Amino acid sequence: MAGAFGAGFIQERPGAGMANIVQFENVGLRYGTGAETLSDVSFTLSAGSFYFVTGASGAGKTSLLKLLYLAQRPTRGIVRLFGEDAGALPRKRLPGFRRRIGVVFQDFRLLPHLSAYDNVALPLRVAGMPESEVEGPVREMLAWVGLKDRDAAKPPTLSGGEQQRIAIARSVITRPEILIADEPTGNVDPDMAERLLHLFDSLNRLGTTVVVATHDFQLISRIPDARMMRIEKGRLNDPTGALRYPPGKPPS
Amino acid sequence: MTPLMRDKPERRLLDESRRTRGMLWVMAIMLFLTVLAAALGLGMAGASRTLDRQLAGRLTIQLAEGDAAKRDAATRVIVQRVRALPGVMRVAEVDRARLAELLEPWLGEAGLDADLPMPAMIDVDLASGDSAAIDRVRTAARAVAPAAQIDRHAQWLSPVSAFLDTITWFAVALVVLMATATAIVVLLTARGGLDSHRDTIAVLHMLGSTDMQVARLFQRRIALDTLLGGLLGTVAALGIVWLLGQQAAGLGSELLGGVALVPTDWLLLLLLPVAFALMALVAARIAVLGTLEKTL
Repeated sequence: MAGAFGAGFIQERPGAGMANIVQFENVGLRYGTGAETLSDVSFTLSAGSFYFVTGASGAGKTSLLKLLYLAQRPTRGIVRLFGEDAGALPRKRLPGFRRRIGVVFQDFRLLPHLSAYDNVALPLRVAGMPESEVEGPVREMLAWVGLKDRDAAKPPTLSGGEQQRIAIARSVITRPEILIADEPTGNVDPDMAERLLHLFDSLNRLGTTVVVATHDFQLISRIPDARMMRIEKGRLNDPTGALRYPPGKPPS
Repeated sequence: MTPLMRDKPERRLLDESRRTRGMLWVMAIMLFLTVLAAALGLGMAGASRTLDRQLAGRLTIQLAEGDAAKRDAATRVIVQRVRALPGVMRVAEVDRARLAELLEPWLGEAGLDADLPMPAMIDVDLASGDSAAIDRVRTAARAVAPAAQIDRHAQWLSPVSAFLDTITWFAVALVVLMATATAIVVLLTARGGLDSHRDTIAVLHMLGSTDMQVARLFQRRIALDTLLGGLLGTVAALGIVWLLGQQAAGLGSELLGGVALVPTDWLLLLLLPVAFALMALVAARIAVLGTLEKTL
């Protein structure tokens, strides 16, 4: 796994305690004229930290992530990303911000008519990387998620777990500054879940801020330094972002 | 993402299996009709130019004189004097037998009677139809016979010329209408394409694609469909125009001969599908960018 990001790179987690890469101030989100999905959400994410977002289904985890990966603008409050007010960003600047964020969608959102190879290569091509420089990283990433022999397969012919691994490979291939994953291990077996989590941990140790939404507390316990944010009915019940699992254990 | 490059992976970003050939055939029909209308306009403009060129410097001097001897003498003098004028290409008295032949449908055999007081007619061809040259002819003729009447052929056929001009402008209006209709088809197609590829576009946006990158995917595809369909329609229309031209040439009509297309006209018609493809490209870009502008 480590080969994907170069040998001997994982030494320590540099992130926690550094500058805030994300800052939410009294953020509210409402779809249409309905009730607020998120209310008065305030927190900060330190660059290079690892965060879990937990909460029951419908609590607002996915909405929170949408604000993070710029699929929504807040209805009120301020969302700062990379030091800038994301809510006030003009449209033409959004692509540049989005390229700094990797996203693993809950429903994968692979392009079904493209091969696994082309799906993983997509972010590099969008970023304008020359085709000659695309193949190496894509092959390496496919090998890393254990799908090097499935490079020509189209997503509909892949299992749920395989699709999820392709989606993860696509999200991390550009070495994003923030990686956001919505239930990334929901469709994979425990071994693969652990491998994927190790990938996220590796990226995090390289400086990527990782935010993972999950129900899986076993998963959370595998990243001892991670922080946990819990959402209940659209409100963050741990605004400091300092809670960890299991509760009461101080951050190391 | 460079557009219009076949081997580029970007070409595969939009699901080709969802692509219908409807756009291609619509464009084939549009260009077929546009090329026919344009050919009509070019042909009529050519005929109008030919008519103007042929008639501009052509006139007839009419000399009405009851005394045949005086009339013939005056006619000979007028012919001599007019021939000596600058810019005069040809002067010829119309043969009286030819005049009688022309009048026969109205006068019957009486037209052949030598005693019938028919006016003398002198055809004059000038190098140009400018009024100074015509005035010189008029002055020379009236110096000999003050009652001499000068008839400009252009004046007689001006309604024909005006009719040809009207058809030309009608054809121009048709071409403009077809271009407008094509642009509207492109706008609707682009919007429909955006709708059917909404999921793909959402993913591309989330990965950091710019609106221009997305627009290029659609404009390339629409421009290619317009070009291919346009070429089909253009070839079919040009075949028909060529066949009609052959038939018109076979009639031997001087006026219809002027309708024949010149090489420049054929070139212009061949450029129409390219022009429409470029217009489709711009229209698609405007439609896509305008629609994406409303999204996040």
